[in-house]
Amino acid sequence: MTKTEFPPSIRSRPVYGELEPRAGIFHLIVADGEGADAVIALFAKAADAASMLAKSHILYTAGPNGTDEWDRIAALGAAQAQKAASVPTLLFRLARVLQDVQMGTQIYLTGTEGLMGQAERDIMALGFPHSDIQKEHRGSTVRRVQCVHCKGVTENVRTDPFQCSHCGLHLFVRDHYSRRLAAFQGVNIDAEDRGQVPPPVERFR
Amino acid sequence: MSGGPKLNVRVAEVVKVNDLITRFRFVARDGGLLPAFSGGAHTVVEMDDNGTRRLNPYSLMSDPEDRTGYEISVRRDDAGRGGSLYMHRHVRPGMDMVLSHPVNLFPLDNRARKHLFIAGGIGITPFLAMTRQLARFGGRFELHYATRNPALCAYGDSLKAAHGDRVHLYFDEQGDTLPLADLLSRQPLGTHLYCCGPKGMLNWVRSAAATAGWATHAVHFEEFTAPATGAPFAVTLERSGKTLTVGSTQSLLEAMEAAGVDAPYLCRGGACGQCETDVVRCDGRIDHRDHWLTPEDMATNTKIMPCVSRFEGRTLVIDR
Ligand code: FES
Repeated sequence: MTKTEFPPSIRSRPVYGELEPRAGIFHLIVADGEGADAVIALFAKAADAASMLAKSHILYTAGPNGTDEWDRIAALGAAQAQKAASVPTLLFRLARVLQDVQMGTQIYLTGTEGLMGQAERDIMALGFPHSDIQKEHRGSTVRRVQCVHCKGVTENVRTDPFQCSHCGLHLFVRDHYSRRLAAFQGVNIDAEDRGQVPPPVERFR
Repeated sequence: MSGGPKLNVRVAEVVKVNDLITRFRFVARDGGLLPAFSGGAHTVVEMDDNGTRRLNPYSLMSDPEDRTGYEISVRRDDAGRGGSLYMHRHVRPGMDMVLSHPVNLFPLDNRARKHLFIAGGIGITPFLAMTRQLARFGGRFELHYATRNPALCAYGDSLKAAHGDRVHLYFDEQGDTLPLADLLSRQPLGTHLYCCGPKGMLNWVRSAAATAGWATHAVHFEEFTAPATGAPFAVTLERSGKTLTVGSTQSLLEAMEAAGVDAPYLCRGGACGQCETDVVRCDGRIDHRDHWLTPEDMATNTKIMPCVSRFEGRTLVIDR
């Protein structure tokens, strides 16, 4: 099973559901890594999978842990399915797709938080309500974290604390999440006692 | 004080728009500027109708940038409770009146990439303010406005003149129907839909948007409705220790106010939630007419919205 149960936390920490097919004129699906399992489960739940596939566009990329299930996505037979080389190139393609889709489209995001968060950010920026975007977490729990000091974002953070890839400060990873930035917040851990940095623990994998 | 601070205004203009609709312009009595509002906001107009105090909500239709006055349009409802008839028959230029501060329960979502407006009849009023606001800030919109015939199409010409082919008019008597399904199927992602009109139109748009798979949070309705008439009923106010009879053209909220009970309110149209009151005992059926309570609250008769809802049965005791 590739699903993750996140422990209860502060309100800001995103929670995820399970993708459910909903009636719509079109289905836009964005997934990475183990998200492929959720995409397959989504179509398995559809009352008429063939007609849903005929109105679906899937964008997929491998997960940060290397999981690549593109063959299973391609085998579904959606009207359009594209594999991107990375998250940034997937988002580039998504931006183009979003120019053409109409209201009445159902949007499904699945896989890691970094991918789902960034896709959500770009869709939200067009005025689409974030609460109407379906999201299901699968696979890696590595985090996308913004350093609140230099504002630089570090991708695929595994340990807490970690060192900011931009300014080098040692950061404590909070559950405080920004939907607008699609990132968790990292706060300097030795601001008061310079050099007192606890040993990093692998909290996200 | 319930309903918040008041605005002391004077009627500056009364203009007959067509057979059913009259427009009123209010200015501040002290000659100053009125509080700012945004498109979609309404004001509650206080009327003293021969000893009966009426407070009716009306959408503000004037330019939100114009703080020298507020304008509303009132459709005469001969079968209504009398507020619109009072406005049409008794309100004259120069008269002093009292308004509530503007409240907006139908605002534009400014994150939208495009705004799609659907209006029926007098439901055009909030869109007059919204289109002015968007024209000023450069927002993208389309307005689809249905009325019975050209003579009843209030402000159709001025909307056309101001916004050109962004405005589409439909006349029922000419067999012209608003192509709703078609419209809903060709809006770019990020469009928000707003609808104000008669109940039938609201239901039609609500179900068409759901069928078309529209995002629930991108669909907005101007829900407030004037309280309807009904059979008189008795109610006991537990905390005030009073039992009153609510007359057939009176709302429960108005009956409490007439009895000197200070009850909370804001929209007086079942939309804002401000007047929500716990029911202590109910032997009978509450006629829930609001858009606020959850279906569970309604089914269990544990709460009532006194601004619009009524009661039928033996005993109703509320916590007020
Ligand atoms: S006063 Fe707004 S719901 Fe009753």
